[in-house]
Amino acid sequence: MSTEQDMTSFAFTAENLEQAKKIIAKYPAGRQQSAVMPLLDLAQRQVGWTGIPVIEYIAEMLEMAPIRVQEVVTFYTMYNQKPVGQFHVQVCTNICCLLRGSDGVGETAREVLGVNWGDTTEDGKFTLVEVECLGACVNAPMMQINDDYYEDLTPESTKAVLEALKRGETPNPGPQGGRQFSAPEGGPTTLGDLTFGSEKA
Amino acid sequence: MPKLTIDGTEIEVEAGVTILQAAETIGIEIPRFCYHERLAVAGNCRMCLVEVEKMPKPVASCAMPVGEGMVVHTNNANVRKARQGVMEFLLINHPLDCPICDQGGECDLQDQAVAYGGDRSRYQEEKRAVEDKSYGPLIQTWMTRCIQCTRCIRFISEIAGTPVLGGLGRSEHLEVGRYVGAAVSSELSGNLIDLCPVGALTNKPASYTYRAWELKKTESVDAMDALGSAIRLDTRGNEVIRILPRVNDDINEEWLSDRSRFACDGLKRQRLDRCYVRKDGTLAATSWSDAFAAITAKVNGLAGSKIAAIAGDQTDVETMQAFKDLLAALGSGNMDCRQDGAKLAAGNRAAYLFNSTIAGIEQADALLIIGSNPRIEAPVLNARIRKRWLKGGFKAAIIGPKTDLTFQHDWLGDSAQVLAAIAAGNHPFADVLKNAAKPAIIIGQGALTGEDGAAILALAAKLAQDTGVIADGWNGFNVLHTAAARVGGLDVGFVPQAGGKDTAGIIAGAQSGEISVVFLAGADEIDMKSLGNAFVVYLGSHGDAGAHRADVVLPTAAYTEKSATFVNTEGRVQRTRLAIFPPGEAKEDWKVVRALSDALGKPLAFDTVKQLRQRMVASNAVFATEGVVAAATWAGAGAEGALSDKPLASAIDNFYMVDPISRASKTMAECTAEFGGGCGCNSKKKTGTHG
Repeated sequence: MSTEQDMTSFAFTAENLEQAKKIIAKYPAGRQQSAVMPLLDLAQRQVGWTGIPVIEYIAEMLEMAPIRVQEVVTFYTMYNQKPVGQFHVQVCTNICCLLRGSDGVGETAREVLGVNWGDTTEDGKFTLVEVECLGACVNAPMMQINDDYYEDLTPESTKAVLEALKRGETPNPGPQGGRQFSAPEGGPTTLGDLTFGSEKA
Repeated sequence: MPKLTIDGTEIEVEAGVTILQAAETIGIEIPRFCYHERLAVAGNCRMCLVEVEKMPKPVASCAMPVGEGMVVHTNNANVRKARQGVMEFLLINHPLDCPICDQGGECDLQDQAVAYGGDRSRYQEEKRAVEDKSYGPLIQTWMTRCIQCTRCIRFISEIAGTPVLGGLGRSEHLEVGRYVGAAVSSELSGNLIDLCPVGALTNKPASYTYRAWELKKTESVDAMDALGSAIRLDTRGNEVIRILPRVNDDINEEWLSDRSRFACDGLKRQRLDRCYVRKDGTLAATSWSDAFAAITAKVNGLAGSKIAAIAGDQTDVETMQAFKDLLAALGSGNMDCRQDGAKLAAGNRAAYLFNSTIAGIEQADALLIIGSNPRIEAPVLNARIRKRWLKGGFKAAIIGPKTDLTFQHDWLGDSAQVLAAIAAGNHPFADVLKNAAKPAIIIGQGALTGEDGAAILALAAKLAQDTGVIADGWNGFNVLHTAAARVGGLDVGFVPQAGGKDTAGIIAGAQSGEISVVFLAGADEIDMKSLGNAFVVYLGSHGDAGAHRADVVLPTAAYTEKSATFVNTEGRVQRTRLAIFPPGEAKEDWKVVRALSDALGKPLAFDTVKQLRQRMVASNAVFATEGVVAAATWAGAGAEGALSDKPLASAIDNFYMVDPISRASKTMAECTAEFGGGCGCNSKKKTGTHG
């Protein structure tokens, strides 16, 4: 993971360059600029954030003005404009999560990681941010860590997930309360009896 | 052609026209902020909402093409309410600091808030504030006032071709800003100020010095480059506060280059406001009669061949005509208006004009530029070429400086040999020109001022004849001048008369003592040290190189202080208008020459400017009609000769400092310090279009 200071230049790895070419090839000739978003994502996966060198590299690759790329980067919050830690912890505090106790989740995360909103831990492992709705309201409260959603959180399960990551383990993503996906808590409330029509006595 | 009804009037307009444009044709004005007829449609300010029957919601008329049978209402209760709502939103974050805003009095937002807005605010919350950006020494930013119409972003990307501005952030946090590290250094950046419908971008050099309504407006013509752009001089008292472009679709559309716009503070500095005569090595202020006496003492009894005159880059035709007559009366044929030594012959008009016309360049489909950098020599023309390129089907190449011209072109090298190869048909670009329907050539002064200038001109002429650049109904052979005075000088024949010497000859003569009196009519670009011991009389407005060398200085008027004739690079005869009076004892140039002729005992045959202009018409009929371009008959150009190895470069190396006025301008000095010689062309700074 690079920091703000040490990103002085950027180039795709050979593997990513191959991938980038495939992405660009998806668009008609002369419309290569359409690939700006997937390429920024690819770059962010490579170095963790989209700094100026990334913007200029992609602008050159897609033959567009750097300002046009910067406009895209600043428009979408999922492009990190600052370096983030190895684990980018995004806690949802929007209405559904708030009603279901995201205050406790956020509180616990800050306590466990020892940082405030927007900060990165000293070892560079965790960055904690507060985000708006991530679209998992049925499993509120939730947080996103890198690409995975951790849902149905309580202060305890939040602590467990973060501690596990600290230890180098990979906690199972998804609902932490034991239910399957967004099925009702405590098991199905309909279709409990799976016999149909004439099968019924 | 669809028919539609707008406010009860049925009209038929071309398909593809927007409702807003259709309404304009019948004189109905629809308020707008983001829409601008020369920029792409953005449709983001929503001020132009109108009601179209059978449509569920009000529509943005700037972005809605007309349809058959549409019934449009532009001013019913619903529309008024919608506009009032839009206006309320626009004003939510606007600071309403009109009393201290330079835009006050000429602000679209102010005017439209009065015309279409509500009469009170319901907004009780906090307003947002936005940090001001640094756009360099020309543009003052007040970003809190910005209503995000994005006109500036579109102008700098589309017209200027230097995309450095963008909308950064989203929603409440959206700010117009520049790309990190990039300077807003387009040579057309001043137009952002005109385009901004609010006071977010204002004129920095003139900030806080005026209110729009207290300025006197004088419509005139620019003399800072050879295009002769239409300008409006805004003055207060005897001071030019600012210069704005006027619409002239034949020349500048509605743009103006930064030098033409911002060098006006140079009109106040370094001015010659009284006569000077050199006594004991220093210039001492004196009266007109004493100055004339000093000249008379030197000139009287002198053989005509020992007298010479050189005209400068901003000298008007009247002055050159008067000087020509005076020299003829004195028996001298030593005169030249080409102080740069350009190998252009007077008389052969088609060989020194921009024949396709500036607007005509939009018809060209192939272009070869020779020894010129139009981006700094004539930014407004460069924007035209870019506009042509954006339409597609246009191939351009340059033999000369390797720069970013803001349109795609091939750099063929900077050697005249490349031109020879193209002319001989041994270069792929020869075929490009041949296969084009309307090919054009632009040849700059950089190619014409060298020893081989005439040879290059001849080669270009040959190429033009061979490749269809000159055809029936099309003449794409274009000489791009850098000096406002040049075409006028050639038209009036201010060139060596029979047996006379040209600029180089006059300088050599002055050095050897063959010539003992040299008149400089605003000529500052020659090497003053090489004038030897000659007695130099300088007529001019600024204390520049010429005045420093002079033995007698006669103060004259700048282009804003007289009604004078200039001929632009196309051959269009235009007149400036007097906006302010010359400072101190300075007088109009031709009047000085006329008075001098009396003192020398050779009174000239005209007493009024009317008579002088009749004299001009008598010497060349083109001066009879103003404002039009008469096609010149092609009769070849140049003279064959050997080519030199000197690389072809632009005649200008610093866009911001070209003439005495811009050299005296503090603003232009700041630009030079900030941007270098001009806009990423000569400097190494990134412009945002690099790579």
